[in-house]
Amino acid sequence: MKKIINNPEEVVQDMLKGLIAAHPNSLKQIPNTTVIVRKGAPVPNKVGIVSGGGSGHEPAHAGYLGEGMLDAAVCGEMFTSPTPDQVFEAIKAVDSGSGVFLVIKNYTGDVMNFEMAAELAEAEGISVEKVVVNDDVAVEDSSFTTGRRGIAGTVFVHKIAGAKAAAGGSLQEVKDVAEKVVANVRSMGMALTPCTVPAAGKPSFTLDEDEMEIGIGIHGEPGIERKKLTSADEVAEELTQKVLDDIKFNSGDEVAVMINGMGSTPEMELYILNGKVQEILHERGLTIHKTFVGEYMTSLEMAGCSVTLLKLDKETKQLLDSDSNAPAFHS
Amino acid sequence: MELQVEQIVTWMEKTNEKIQDNKEYLTSLDQAIGDGDHGINMARGFKEVVQKVSGSDYESASDILKDVAMTLMGKVGGAAGPLYGTAFLKLSASVKGKKSIDCGSFVTGLEEALAGMKQRGKSEQGEKTLIDTWAPVTEEMKKAEDFDASLLFETAKTAMEKTKDIKATKGRAAYLGERSIGHLDPGSVSSYYLFTSLAETIRGGE
Repeated sequence: MKKIINNPEEVVQDMLKGLIAAHPNSLKQIPNTTVIVRKGAPVPNKVGIVSGGGSGHEPAHAGYLGEGMLDAAVCGEMFTSPTPDQVFEAIKAVDSGSGVFLVIKNYTGDVMNFEMAAELAEAEGISVEKVVVNDDVAVEDSSFTTGRRGIAGTVFVHKIAGAKAAAGGSLQEVKDVAEKVVANVRSMGMALTPCTVPAAGKPSFTLDEDEMEIGIGIHGEPGIERKKLTSADEVAEELTQKVLDDIKFNSGDEVAVMINGMGSTPEMELYILNGKVQEILHERGLTIHKTFVGEYMTSLEMAGCSVTLLKLDKETKQLLDSDSNAPAFHS
Repeated sequence: MELQVEQIVTWMEKTNEKIQDNKEYLTSLDQAIGDGDHGINMARGFKEVVQKVSGSDYESASDILKDVAMTLMGKVGGAAGPLYGTAFLKLSASVKGKKSIDCGSFVTGLEEALAGMKQRGKSEQGEKTLIDTWAPVTEEMKKAEDFDASLLFETAKTAMEKTKDIKATKGRAAYLGERSIGHLDPGSVSSYYLFTSLAETIRGGE
């Protein structure tokens, strides 16, 4: 393992120290927690928006703190969901009395810990609502399984739910629009190399020089299928097609596109991929409203990418376009 | 026999030793079918548990179990934190106020712990999770007249080994589907350490 760290057990604390030092005017850490709150929170009369999860997905989630997006991010250990007490601290810190909305990615641990925190908050009289994001089309969705994972599409939920809250939406209105985004967002990812969790010290799986892993999540775990590496165009075809097959898109639909890097994919490769993705979408008669290319939801130094499509309507389009000063959200 | 506060401390110390010794093994099991953090998280949690309960003065078995629960819940994270935390919280609640725990009360506690974990994880037996160790142990303990170390050893071991053949449908391993077959479930293995540590504690007191 070759990493710029001090002690593998202290990477999260060390990261948070540096993060706060980089954004002293906009972010603060709640003392003795791994909770990062945007300065000025709680915003009077505004629904507080909280998200989070394991660390190692930077800029998610702390990078999305700001006006029109998240109010607090709860940073768990590496790839490990934060504990209920931490999430509870975040909820308390951003509640203005208008309630708090939780954006949770569909991983067993995240769902359990956030639900427990919501129970603690409700016991103290704080209104809490939540949405569970499950945009990953790689995995089977049935009532007998854990269901689909939440991956890069979560960032669109942050943006649109955050914008709704900033516009004065009630807790129920924020929940409604967040659910609409979840119903209309789909993603699919792939990897060229695995990543190494500092405390584990070695890669989570191995891939030969000519192999790729299709259908990965964001925790360095293996995907659903291992294949021979193909061209960027073929990778774009495979990922985009899987997304398009999963949700009904009609000619003329407007979409937002996100080509997300997993941590160590050059922007050049993401743009190469994007070129083909856009071509495919044009062929399908879809209108591309906005495109996001870059690192939004990473998996440490994993090389790879994911393709996310969000089908927009008038409301979600307007909320996606509204201003936000979150440092990591830009198109 | 009855489990006294000192024995619960010993139980936690032995569990911690096994988890620290097998931290990398648990992590490698989890790397195969999950995201590779189980050993790291359990080691962090039980280290804190031992720091919390060793040398402390507890009035009752229920108090120490509650502290174990709160520590695990606050330090482990992931799925294991809420599940183990819930288990110990239920165990503690079912023996509330008791200075020591007889076998009958312990079995009732195990049943409530199991039910609590099933509810929290929305999971049932046979889905390749820690439930697959907890359920058979609870079932066999119900038949026993007193704490039985051999029974605990045997049941936990067999149950843990059986998870190798199960296709995961819950937890992160579920994403691998068929590819999860052939691997032990890390949560079942850490639960096996917990129960064999209890067996050793009982044996020490026999």
